[in-house]
Amino acid sequence: MSVSVDVHDLSIVFGSGPQAVRVLPGVSIAVQPGECFGLVGESGSGKSTVLRCISMLTDFWQGEIRIGGRFVREIPLGERCRTLQMVFQDPYGSLHPRQSVRTVLHEPLAIHKLDDREDRMRRAITDVGLPVSFLDRFPHQLSGGQRQRIAIARALILEPSLLLLDEPTSALDVSVQAEILNLLQRLRDERGFTYIMVTHDLAVVDHMCDRFAVMLLGEVAEVLPRDAIAGNQATHPYARELVGASLAYEGTRRAQG
Amino acid sequence: MDTLLDVSNLRIRYGGAAREAVRGVSFTLGRERLGIVGESGSGKSTVGRALLKLLPGATITADRLRFEDVDLTLLSEREMLKIRGRRMSMILQDPKFSLNPIRRVGDQVSETYLRHFRCSRREARERALAMLEAVKIRDPERVYRQYPHEVSGGMGQRIMIAMMLLADPDLVIADEPTSALDVTVRLQVLDILDNLVRNRGIGLIMISHDLNLVRNFCDRVLIMYAGQVVETLKAGDLERAEHPYTRGLLAAQPRIGGPRAPLSVLDRKPEWLEENA
Repeated sequence: MSVSVDVHDLSIVFGSGPQAVRVLPGVSIAVQPGECFGLVGESGSGKSTVLRCISMLTDFWQGEIRIGGRFVREIPLGERCRTLQMVFQDPYGSLHPRQSVRTVLHEPLAIHKLDDREDRMRRAITDVGLPVSFLDRFPHQLSGGQRQRIAIARALILEPSLLLLDEPTSALDVSVQAEILNLLQRLRDERGFTYIMVTHDLAVVDHMCDRFAVMLLGEVAEVLPRDAIAGNQATHPYARELVGASLAYEGTRRAQG
Repeated sequence: MDTLLDVSNLRIRYGGAAREAVRGVSFTLGRERLGIVGESGSGKSTVGRALLKLLPGATITADRLRFEDVDLTLLSEREMLKIRGRRMSMILQDPKFSLNPIRRVGDQVSETYLRHFRCSRREARERALAMLEAVKIRDPERVYRQYPHEVSGGMGQRIMIAMMLLADPDLVIADEPTSALDVTVRLQVLDILDNLVRNRGIGLIMISHDLNLVRNFCDRVLIMYAGQVVETLKAGDLERAEHPYTRGLLAAQPRIGGPRAPLSVLDRKPEWLEENA
Protein backbone atom coordinates (compact mmCIF):
# COMPACT_ATOMS: atom_id res chain seq x y z
CA MET A 1 0.00 0.00 0.00
CA SER A 2 2.82 2.44 0.81
CA VAL A 3 4.75 4.18 -1.90
CA SER A 4 7.94 6.20 -1.86
CA VAL A 5 8.23 9.64 -3.42
CA ASP A 6 11.45 10.85 -5.01
CA VAL A 7 11.71 14.40 -6.21
CA HIS A 8 14.91 15.18 -8.02
CA ASP A 9 16.01 18.60 -9.25
CA LEU A 10 12.43 19.87 -9.59
CA SER A 11 12.24 23.35 -11.05
CA ILE A 12 9.39 25.42 -12.37
CA VAL A 13 9.13 28.76 -14.12
CA PHE A 14 6.01 30.90 -14.02
CA GLY A 15 5.47 33.48 -16.76
CA SER A 16 7.55 33.87 -19.87
CA GLY A 17 10.04 36.23 -21.43
CA PRO A 18 11.57 38.92 -19.22
CA GLN A 19 8.88 38.47 -16.57
CA ALA A 20 9.61 34.79 -16.08
CA VAL A 21 10.12 33.84 -12.46
CA ARG A 22 11.90 30.66 -11.49
CA VAL A 23 9.90 29.63 -8.43
CA LEU A 24 11.62 26.38 -7.57
CA PRO A 25 15.27 26.46 -8.54
CA GLY A 26 15.91 22.75 -8.10
CA VAL A 27 14.25 20.93 -5.25
CA SER A 28 15.19 17.39 -4.28
CA ILE A 29 13.49 15.41 -1.54
CA ALA A 30 13.15 11.71 -0.89
CA VAL A 31 10.18 10.40 1.09
CA GLN A 32 10.19 6.81 2.36
CA PRO A 33 7.16 4.54 1.97
CA GLY A 34 4.79 5.06 4.90
CA GLU A 35 6.58 8.17 6.10
CA CYS A 36 4.93 11.43 7.12
CA PHE A 37 7.10 14.13 5.61
CA GLY A 38 6.57 17.79 6.49
CA LEU A 39 7.21 20.87 4.36
CA VAL A 40 7.58 24.08 6.33
CA GLY A 41 8.69 27.59 5.45
CA GLU A 42 7.32 31.09 5.14
CA SER A 43 4.53 31.98 2.75
CA GLY A 44 5.80 32.16 -0.81
CA SER A 45 8.62 29.69 -0.21
CA GLY A 46 7.14 27.17 -2.64
CA LYS A 47 5.76 24.55 -0.24
CA SER A 48 2.37 24.24 -1.90
CA THR A 49 3.93 24.45 -5.37
CA VAL A 50 5.90 21.28 -4.63
CA LEU A 51 2.64 19.48 -3.81
CA ARG A 52 0.98 20.79 -6.95
CA CYS A 53 3.90 19.55 -9.03
CA ILE A 54 3.85 16.09 -7.45
CA SER A 55 0.11 15.81 -8.05
CA MET A 56 0.49 17.16 -11.62
CA LEU A 57 -2.06 19.90 -10.91
CA THR A 58 0.75 22.06 -12.24
CA ASP A 59 2.46 20.05 -14.97
CA PHE A 60 4.94 22.35 -16.71
CA TRP A 61 7.83 21.61 -14.39
CA GLN A 62 11.25 20.22 -15.19
CA GLY A 63 13.11 17.54 -13.32
CA GLU A 64 12.12 14.13 -12.11
CA ILE A 65 9.33 13.04 -9.80
CA ARG A 66 8.99 9.35 -9.09
CA ILE A 67 6.21 7.76 -7.09
CA GLY A 68 6.87 4.20 -6.01
CA GLY A 69 9.83 4.21 -8.41
CA ARG A 70 7.76 5.20 -11.48
CA PHE A 71 8.03 8.55 -13.22
CA VAL A 72 4.85 10.43 -12.41
CA ARG A 73 4.53 11.68 -16.00
CA GLU A 74 4.39 8.11 -17.23
CA ILE A 75 1.64 6.99 -14.87
CA PRO A 76 -1.69 7.15 -16.75
CA LEU A 77 -4.15 9.73 -15.38
CA GLY A 78 -6.59 7.23 -13.93
CA GLU A 79 -3.93 5.26 -12.16
CA ARG A 80 -2.28 8.44 -10.92
CA CYS A 81 -5.52 9.55 -9.31
CA ARG A 82 -5.87 6.17 -7.64
CA THR A 83 -2.31 6.49 -6.32
CA LEU A 84 -2.27 10.01 -4.96
CA GLN A 85 -4.89 12.42 -3.69
CA MET A 86 -4.74 15.87 -2.24
CA VAL A 87 -6.47 17.58 0.71
CA PHE A 88 -6.61 21.35 0.49
CA GLN A 89 -6.29 24.03 3.10
CA ASP A 90 -9.67 25.66 3.11
CA PRO A 91 -12.61 23.30 3.57
CA TYR A 92 -14.92 26.21 2.80
CA GLY A 93 -13.44 26.68 -0.66
CA SER A 94 -12.70 23.12 -1.67
CA LEU A 95 -16.25 21.69 -1.62
CA HIS A 96 -18.81 22.65 -4.24
CA PRO A 97 -21.58 24.53 -2.39
CA ARG A 98 -24.37 23.05 -4.52
CA GLN A 99 -23.25 19.43 -4.39
CA SER A 100 -24.31 17.08 -1.65
CA VAL A 101 -21.72 14.93 0.08
CA ARG A 102 -23.11 11.99 -1.88
CA THR A 103 -22.43 13.74 -5.19
CA VAL A 104 -18.93 14.70 -4.10
CA LEU A 105 -18.06 11.15 -3.13
CA HIS A 106 -19.88 9.51 -6.03
CA GLU A 107 -18.13 11.39 -8.81
CA PRO A 108 -14.70 9.76 -8.47
CA LEU A 109 -16.35 6.33 -8.31
CA ALA A 110 -18.27 6.99 -11.52
CA ILE A 111 -15.20 8.35 -13.31
CA HIS A 112 -13.16 5.34 -12.34
CA LYS A 113 -16.04 2.94 -13.07
CA LEU A 114 -15.83 1.29 -9.68
CA ASP A 115 -18.65 -0.90 -8.39
CA ASP A 116 -20.20 -1.27 -4.92
CA ARG A 117 -20.56 2.49 -4.93
CA GLU A 118 -23.01 2.76 -2.05
CA ASP A 119 -20.78 0.51 0.03
CA ARG A 120 -17.64 2.45 -0.73
CA MET A 121 -19.29 5.75 0.09
CA ARG A 122 -20.55 4.40 3.40
CA ARG A 123 -17.11 3.08 4.22
CA ALA A 124 -15.35 6.35 3.35
CA ILE A 125 -17.70 8.43 5.46
CA THR A 126 -17.47 6.01 8.39
CA ASP A 127 -13.68 6.04 8.08
CA VAL A 128 -13.59 9.77 8.69
CA GLY A 129 -15.85 9.40 11.73
CA LEU A 130 -19.12 10.77 10.39
CA PRO A 131 -22.53 9.07 10.42
CA VAL A 132 -23.80 7.65 7.12
CA SER A 133 -26.76 10.05 7.21
CA PHE A 134 -24.31 12.86 6.39
CA LEU A 135 -24.20 11.62 2.79
CA ASP A 136 -27.30 13.65 2.07
CA ARG A 137 -26.05 16.90 3.53
CA PHE A 138 -24.77 19.94 1.68
CA PRO A 139 -21.60 21.82 2.66
CA HIS A 140 -23.53 24.67 4.31
CA GLN A 141 -25.05 22.13 6.70
CA LEU A 142 -21.60 21.12 7.92
CA SER A 143 -19.13 22.75 10.31
CA GLY A 144 -15.56 23.51 9.25
CA GLY A 145 -14.20 20.35 10.82
CA GLN A 146 -16.92 18.21 9.24
CA ARG A 147 -16.18 19.74 5.84
CA GLN A 148 -12.52 18.91 6.18
CA ARG A 149 -13.54 15.34 7.06
CA ILE A 150 -15.57 15.20 3.84
CA ALA A 151 -12.56 16.52 1.90
CA ILE A 152 -10.50 13.72 3.44
CA ALA A 153 -13.22 11.16 2.65
CA ARG A 154 -13.17 12.37 -0.96
CA ALA A 155 -9.41 11.81 -1.03
CA LEU A 156 -9.80 8.35 0.51
CA ILE A 157 -12.56 7.02 -1.68
CA LEU A 158 -10.22 5.89 -4.48
CA GLU A 159 -8.06 4.14 -1.90
CA PRO A 160 -4.82 5.98 -2.75
CA SER A 161 -1.49 5.25 -1.09
CA LEU A 162 -0.09 8.79 -1.06
CA LEU A 163 -1.92 11.75 0.47
CA LEU A 164 -0.73 15.29 -0.20
CA LEU A 165 -1.94 17.51 2.63
CA ASP A 166 -1.81 21.25 2.02
CA GLU A 167 -2.22 22.90 5.43
CA PRO A 168 -5.12 20.59 6.29
CA THR A 169 -5.81 22.18 9.68
CA SER A 170 -4.72 25.80 9.49
CA ALA A 171 -8.24 27.06 8.83
CA LEU A 172 -9.60 25.18 11.85
CA ASP A 173 -9.82 25.85 15.59
CA VAL A 174 -7.42 24.07 17.93
CA SER A 175 -10.08 21.71 19.22
CA VAL A 176 -11.13 20.77 15.69
CA GLN A 177 -7.53 20.54 14.54
CA ALA A 178 -6.98 17.88 17.21
CA GLU A 179 -9.80 15.78 15.75
CA ILE A 180 -8.43 16.00 12.21
CA LEU A 181 -4.84 15.26 13.25
CA ASN A 182 -6.03 12.24 15.23
CA LEU A 183 -8.00 11.08 12.21
CA LEU A 184 -5.00 11.43 9.88
CA GLN A 185 -2.79 9.57 12.32
CA ARG A 186 -5.25 6.73 12.78
CA LEU A 187 -5.66 6.34 9.01
CA ARG A 188 -1.90 6.18 8.58
CA ASP A 189 -1.59 3.53 11.27
CA GLU A 190 -4.35 1.45 9.67
CA ARG A 191 -3.49 1.84 6.00
CA GLY A 192 0.20 2.73 5.90
CA PHE A 193 -0.35 5.90 3.89
CA THR A 194 2.56 8.05 2.85
CA TYR A 195 1.86 11.68 3.76
CA ILE A 196 3.49 14.83 2.51
CA MET A 197 2.16 17.62 4.66
CA VAL A 198 2.58 21.35 4.16
CA THR A 199 2.18 23.35 7.32
CA HIS A 200 3.54 26.44 9.03
CA ASP A 201 3.07 25.10 12.53
CA LEU A 202 6.09 23.25 13.90
CA ALA A 203 4.03 21.88 16.79
CA VAL A 204 1.93 20.05 14.19
CA VAL A 205 5.10 18.82 12.46
CA ASP A 206 6.43 17.61 15.77
CA HIS A 207 3.19 15.79 16.45
CA MET A 208 2.73 14.21 13.02
CA CYS A 209 5.88 14.00 10.95
CA ASP A 210 8.96 11.79 10.97
CA ARG A 211 11.11 14.25 9.04
CA PHE A 212 10.55 17.67 7.56
CA ALA A 213 12.14 20.01 5.04
CA VAL A 214 12.55 23.70 5.75
CA MET A 215 12.01 25.67 2.55
CA LEU A 216 13.33 29.13 1.81
CA LEU A 217 12.76 30.98 -1.46
CA GLY A 218 11.94 27.80 -3.33
CA GLU A 219 14.92 25.85 -2.09
CA VAL A 220 15.14 23.18 0.55
CA ALA A 221 17.31 24.82 3.18
CA GLU A 222 17.56 21.77 5.38
CA VAL A 223 15.92 18.41 5.99
CA LEU A 224 15.58 17.63 9.68
CA PRO A 225 14.28 14.73 11.74
CA ARG A 226 11.41 15.47 14.09
CA ASP A 227 13.69 15.21 17.14
CA ALA A 228 15.70 18.21 15.96
CA ILE A 229 12.89 20.62 16.87
CA ALA A 230 12.87 20.45 20.66
CA GLY A 231 16.58 21.23 21.05
CA ASN A 232 16.84 23.34 17.88
CA GLN A 233 19.51 21.26 16.19
CA ALA A 234 19.04 22.99 12.84
CA THR A 235 22.27 24.19 11.23
CA HIS A 236 21.00 26.34 8.37
CA PRO A 237 20.57 29.93 9.66
CA TYR A 238 16.98 30.30 8.43
CA ALA A 239 15.97 26.88 9.73
CA ARG A 240 17.47 27.82 13.11
CA GLU A 241 15.54 31.06 13.11
CA LEU A 242 12.29 29.31 12.25
CA VAL A 243 12.68 26.60 14.85
CA GLY A 244 13.87 29.16 17.40
CA ALA A 245 10.87 31.40 16.74
CA SER A 246 8.50 28.47 17.11
CA LEU A 247 10.09 27.46 20.38
CA ALA A 248 9.98 31.05 21.63
CA TYR A 249 6.35 31.22 20.65
CA GLU A 250 5.55 28.26 22.85
CA GLY A 251 8.02 29.92 25.25
CA THR A 252 6.52 30.63 28.62
CA ARG A 253 5.00 27.23 28.91
CA ARG A 254 8.28 25.47 28.22
CA ALA A 255 10.05 27.57 30.82
CA GLN A 256 7.48 26.53 33.37
CA GLY A 257 8.13 22.94 32.50
CA MET B 1 -5.10 51.22 38.55
CA ASP B 2 -7.50 53.52 36.76
CA THR B 3 -10.24 51.83 34.83
CA LEU B 4 -10.32 52.50 31.10
CA LEU B 5 -13.23 50.36 30.23
CA ASP B 6 -16.07 49.01 32.30
CA VAL B 7 -18.41 46.56 30.63
CA SER B 8 -21.28 44.93 32.41
CA ASN B 9 -23.81 42.46 31.03
CA LEU B 10 -23.08 43.19 27.38
CA ARG B 11 -25.55 41.53 25.02
CA ILE B 12 -25.42 41.59 21.26
CA ARG B 13 -27.94 40.19 18.82
CA TYR B 14 -27.38 40.35 15.08
CA GLY B 15 -30.35 41.46 13.03
CA GLY B 16 -32.62 38.50 12.28
CA ALA B 17 -30.69 36.07 14.47
CA ALA B 18 -32.66 33.82 16.77
CA ARG B 19 -30.08 33.79 19.54
CA GLU B 20 -27.81 36.42 20.98
CA ALA B 21 -24.22 36.24 19.70
CA VAL B 22 -22.90 37.65 22.98
CA ARG B 23 -24.73 36.84 26.19
CA GLY B 24 -23.99 38.84 29.29
CA VAL B 25 -20.27 39.58 29.03
CA SER B 26 -18.79 41.67 31.84
CA PHE B 27 -15.22 42.80 32.39
CA THR B 28 -13.14 45.81 33.30
CA LEU B 29 -9.90 46.90 31.74
CA GLY B 30 -7.16 49.09 33.18
CA ARG B 31 -3.90 50.02 31.51
CA GLU B 32 -3.12 46.38 30.94
CA ARG B 33 -3.15 43.76 28.24
CA LEU B 34 -6.28 41.66 28.21
CA GLY B 35 -6.64 38.62 25.98
CA ILE B 36 -9.96 37.26 24.75
CA VAL B 37 -9.71 33.69 23.44
CA GLY B 38 -12.26 31.29 22.08
CA GLU B 39 -13.16 29.34 18.98
CA SER B 40 -14.61 30.81 15.83
CA GLY B 41 -18.18 31.75 16.53
CA SER B 42 -17.64 32.25 20.25
CA GLY B 43 -18.37 35.96 19.95
CA LYS B 44 -14.90 37.29 20.76
CA SER B 45 -14.61 39.53 17.68
CA THR B 46 -18.19 40.66 18.13
CA VAL B 47 -17.30 42.00 21.58
CA GLY B 48 -14.35 43.93 20.10
CA ARG B 49 -16.46 45.43 17.37
CA ALA B 50 -19.28 46.32 19.73
CA LEU B 51 -16.89 48.46 21.79
CA LEU B 52 -16.21 50.57 18.70
CA LYS B 53 -19.87 50.31 17.68
CA LEU B 54 -18.91 48.78 14.36
CA LEU B 55 -21.91 46.48 14.14
CA PRO B 56 -24.56 48.05 11.94
CA GLY B 57 -27.84 46.19 12.18
CA ALA B 58 -27.02 44.52 15.48
CA THR B 59 -28.75 45.32 18.74
CA ILE B 60 -26.32 46.10 21.53
CA THR B 61 -27.55 46.34 25.11
CA ALA B 62 -25.56 46.58 28.30
CA ASP B 63 -26.08 47.53 31.91
CA ARG B 64 -22.87 49.48 31.66
CA LEU B 65 -20.56 50.27 28.75
CA ARG B 66 -18.23 52.98 29.96
CA PHE B 67 -15.04 54.04 28.24
CA GLU B 68 -13.13 56.50 30.44
CA ASP B 69 -15.56 59.39 30.98
CA VAL B 70 -18.08 58.48 28.29
CA ASP B 71 -21.03 56.15 28.21
CA LEU B 72 -20.72 54.36 24.87
CA THR B 73 -24.37 53.31 24.83
CA LEU B 74 -25.50 56.94 24.67
CA LEU B 75 -23.17 58.16 21.95
CA SER B 76 -24.48 59.06 18.51
CA GLU B 77 -22.66 57.94 15.38
CA ARG B 78 -21.36 61.50 15.01
CA GLU B 79 -19.84 61.47 18.48
CA MET B 80 -18.43 57.98 17.89
CA LEU B 81 -16.37 59.37 15.00
CA LYS B 82 -14.41 61.44 17.50
CA ILE B 83 -13.66 58.38 19.58
CA ARG B 84 -12.82 55.89 16.84
CA GLY B 85 -9.21 56.08 15.79
CA ARG B 86 -8.53 58.88 18.22
CA ARG B 87 -9.13 57.42 21.66
CA MET B 88 -9.89 53.83 20.78
CA SER B 89 -8.63 52.05 17.70
CA MET B 90 -8.61 48.60 16.19
CA ILE B 91 -5.96 46.52 14.46
CA LEU B 92 -7.46 43.95 12.12
CA GLN B 93 -6.29 40.53 11.09
CA ASP B 94 -5.05 40.86 7.55
CA PRO B 95 -3.31 44.01 6.26
CA LYS B 96 -4.02 42.82 2.71
CA PHE B 97 -7.70 43.46 3.25
CA SER B 98 -7.61 46.33 5.69
CA LEU B 99 -5.40 48.76 3.77
CA ASN B 100 -6.83 50.62 0.78
CA PRO B 101 -5.11 49.00 -2.23
CA ILE B 102 -5.08 52.12 -4.41
CA ARG B 103 -3.63 54.62 -1.94
CA ARG B 104 -0.02 55.00 -0.83
CA VAL B 105 0.41 53.52 2.62
CA GLY B 106 1.99 56.70 4.03
CA ASP B 107 -1.03 58.79 3.05
CA GLN B 108 -3.27 56.28 4.78
CA VAL B 109 -1.23 56.52 7.96
CA SER B 110 -1.09 60.31 8.00
CA GLU B 111 -4.83 60.50 7.33
CA THR B 112 -5.39 59.34 10.92
CA TYR B 113 -3.54 62.39 12.16
CA LEU B 114 -5.12 64.83 9.72
CA ARG B 115 -8.56 63.65 10.68
CA HIS B 116 -8.16 64.07 14.39
CA PHE B 117 -5.82 67.05 14.81
CA ARG B 118 -5.69 70.51 13.30
CA CYS B 119 -2.43 70.50 11.44
CA SER B 120 -0.79 70.92 8.08
CA ARG B 121 -0.27 68.03 5.69
CA ARG B 122 3.43 68.43 6.19
CA GLU B 123 3.17 68.01 9.93
CA ALA B 124 0.94 64.94 9.54
CA ARG B 125 3.48 63.48 7.15
CA GLU B 126 6.29 64.00 9.62
CA ARG B 127 4.27 62.42 12.40
CA ALA B 128 3.51 59.45 10.17
CA LEU B 129 7.17 59.02 9.22
CA ALA B 130 8.22 59.11 12.86
CA MET B 131 5.59 56.53 13.67
CA LEU B 132 6.69 54.26 10.82
CA GLU B 133 10.16 54.45 12.29
CA ALA B 134 8.78 53.59 15.72
CA VAL B 135 7.36 50.33 14.32
CA LYS B 136 10.89 49.53 13.11
CA ILE B 137 10.46 50.15 9.42
CA ARG B 138 13.98 50.75 8.21
CA ASP B 139 13.43 53.13 5.32
CA PRO B 140 10.23 55.02 6.24
CA GLU B 141 10.56 57.55 3.39
CA ARG B 142 10.52 54.79 0.80
CA VAL B 143 7.77 52.76 2.47
CA TYR B 144 5.67 55.92 2.83
CA ARG B 145 5.44 56.13 -0.96
CA GLN B 146 4.65 52.45 -1.53
CA TYR B 147 1.29 50.86 -2.23
CA PRO B 148 -0.06 48.03 -0.07
CA HIS B 149 0.72 45.34 -2.69
CA GLU B 150 4.39 46.34 -2.57
CA VAL B 151 4.85 45.56 1.11
CA SER B 152 5.06 42.15 2.78
CA GLY B 153 2.50 40.87 5.27
CA GLY B 154 4.66 41.64 8.30
CA MET B 155 5.42 45.12 7.01
CA GLY B 156 1.74 45.69 6.26
CA GLN B 157 0.79 44.77 9.80
CA ARG B 158 3.44 47.14 11.19
CA ILE B 159 1.96 49.89 9.01
CA MET B 160 -1.47 49.09 10.50
CA ILE B 161 -0.01 49.34 13.98
CA ALA B 162 1.59 52.70 13.11
CA MET B 163 -1.73 53.94 11.78
CA MET B 164 -3.65 52.85 14.84
CA LEU B 165 -1.20 54.25 17.37
CA LEU B 166 -0.53 57.55 15.59
CA ALA B 167 -3.35 59.43 17.28
CA ASP B 168 -2.12 58.15 20.64
CA PRO B 169 -5.27 56.29 21.69
CA ASP B 170 -5.90 55.06 25.23
CA LEU B 171 -7.28 51.73 24.14
CA VAL B 172 -6.26 49.49 21.24
CA ILE B 173 -8.27 46.45 20.22
CA ALA B 174 -6.22 43.98 18.21
CA ASP B 175 -8.36 41.37 16.47
CA GLU B 176 -6.13 38.42 15.52
CA PRO B 177 -3.29 40.82 14.69
CA THR B 178 -0.80 38.15 13.67
CA SER B 179 -2.85 35.17 12.48
CA ALA B 180 -2.06 35.94 8.84
CA LEU B 181 1.71 36.14 9.44
CA ASP B 182 4.53 33.60 9.40
CA VAL B 183 5.87 32.43 12.74
CA THR B 184 9.20 34.22 12.35
CA VAL B 185 7.54 37.53 11.51
CA ARG B 186 4.79 37.06 14.08
CA LEU B 187 7.12 37.44 17.04
CA GLN B 188 8.72 40.60 15.66
CA VAL B 189 5.36 42.24 15.09
CA LEU B 190 4.09 41.22 18.52
CA ASP B 191 7.23 42.57 20.19
CA ILE B 192 6.82 45.92 18.45
CA LEU B 193 3.17 46.13 19.45
CA ASP B 194 3.97 45.04 22.97
CA ASN B 195 6.71 47.67 23.45
CA LEU B 196 4.60 50.51 22.12
CA VAL B 197 1.62 49.54 24.21
CA ARG B 198 3.67 49.29 27.40
CA ASN B 199 5.72 52.44 26.89
CA ARG B 200 2.68 54.55 26.18
CA GLY B 201 0.55 52.98 28.86
CA ILE B 202 -2.14 51.98 26.39
CA GLY B 203 -4.81 49.48 27.34
CA LEU B 204 -4.79 46.53 24.93
CA ILE B 205 -7.47 43.99 24.16
CA MET B 206 -5.97 41.12 22.19
CA ILE B 207 -8.58 38.93 20.50
CA SER B 208 -7.18 35.61 19.37
CA HIS B 209 -7.83 31.91 19.04
CA ASP B 210 -4.20 31.23 19.86
CA LEU B 211 -3.56 30.24 23.46
CA ASN B 212 0.21 30.58 23.09
CA LEU B 213 -0.12 34.14 21.95
CA VAL B 214 -2.31 35.35 24.81
CA ARG B 215 -0.22 33.44 27.29
CA ASN B 216 2.91 35.29 26.20
CA PHE B 217 1.56 38.73 25.43
CA CYS B 218 -1.28 39.37 27.86
CA ASP B 219 -1.68 39.97 31.57
CA ARG B 220 -5.17 38.56 31.92
CA VAL B 221 -7.25 36.27 29.72
CA LEU B 222 -10.99 35.92 29.24
CA ILE B 223 -12.06 32.61 27.79
CA MET B 224 -15.26 32.76 25.76
CA TYR B 225 -17.55 29.95 24.71
CA ALA B 226 -20.84 30.37 22.86
CA GLY B 227 -21.12 34.07 23.61
CA GLN B 228 -20.27 33.88 27.29
CA VAL B 229 -17.15 34.32 29.36
CA VAL B 230 -16.60 30.92 30.96
CA GLU B 231 -13.46 31.82 32.85
CA THR B 232 -11.11 34.73 33.60
CA LEU B 233 -7.51 33.96 34.45
CA LYS B 234 -4.13 35.56 34.86
CA ALA B 235 -2.13 34.66 31.74
CA GLY B 236 0.49 32.91 33.88
CA ASP B 237 -2.19 30.76 35.50
CA LEU B 238 -3.63 29.48 32.23
CA GLU B 239 -2.19 26.06 32.96
CA ARG B 240 -4.26 26.00 36.16
CA ALA B 241 -7.54 26.68 34.38
CA GLU B 242 -10.55 25.07 35.99
CA HIS B 243 -13.33 25.23 33.45
CA PRO B 244 -13.46 21.99 31.43
CA TYR B 245 -13.65 23.98 28.19
CA THR B 246 -10.38 25.83 28.87
CA ARG B 247 -8.74 22.62 29.97
CA GLY B 248 -9.97 20.91 26.83
CA LEU B 249 -8.55 23.65 24.62
CA LEU B 250 -5.17 23.41 26.31
CA ALA B 251 -5.08 19.63 26.01
CA ALA B 252 -6.08 19.69 22.34
CA GLN B 253 -2.94 21.60 21.36
CA PRO B 254 -0.09 19.64 19.87
CA ARG B 255 3.15 20.56 21.60
CA ILE B 256 6.75 20.48 20.53
CA GLY B 257 8.40 17.56 22.26
CA GLY B 258 5.05 16.23 23.40
CA PRO B 259 4.09 12.56 23.34
CA ARG B 260 2.63 11.53 20.02
CA ALA B 261 -0.39 9.96 21.59
CA PRO B 262 -3.70 10.98 20.04
CA LEU B 263 -4.63 14.50 21.11
CA SER B 264 -7.47 14.80 23.52
CA VAL B 265 -10.63 15.96 21.84
CA LEU B 266 -12.99 18.47 23.32
CA ASP B 267 -16.08 16.86 24.76
CA ARG B 268 -18.62 19.65 24.50
CA LYS B 269 -21.12 19.56 27.31
CA PRO B 270 -24.60 20.96 26.70
CA GLU B 271 -24.57 22.67 30.09
CA TRP B 272 -21.78 25.00 28.89
CA LEU B 273 -24.40 26.57 26.66
CA GLU B 274 -26.73 27.37 29.53
CA GLU B 275 -26.60 30.90 30.66
CA ASN B 276 -24.82 31.38 33.96
CA ALA B 277 -26.08 34.23 36.04
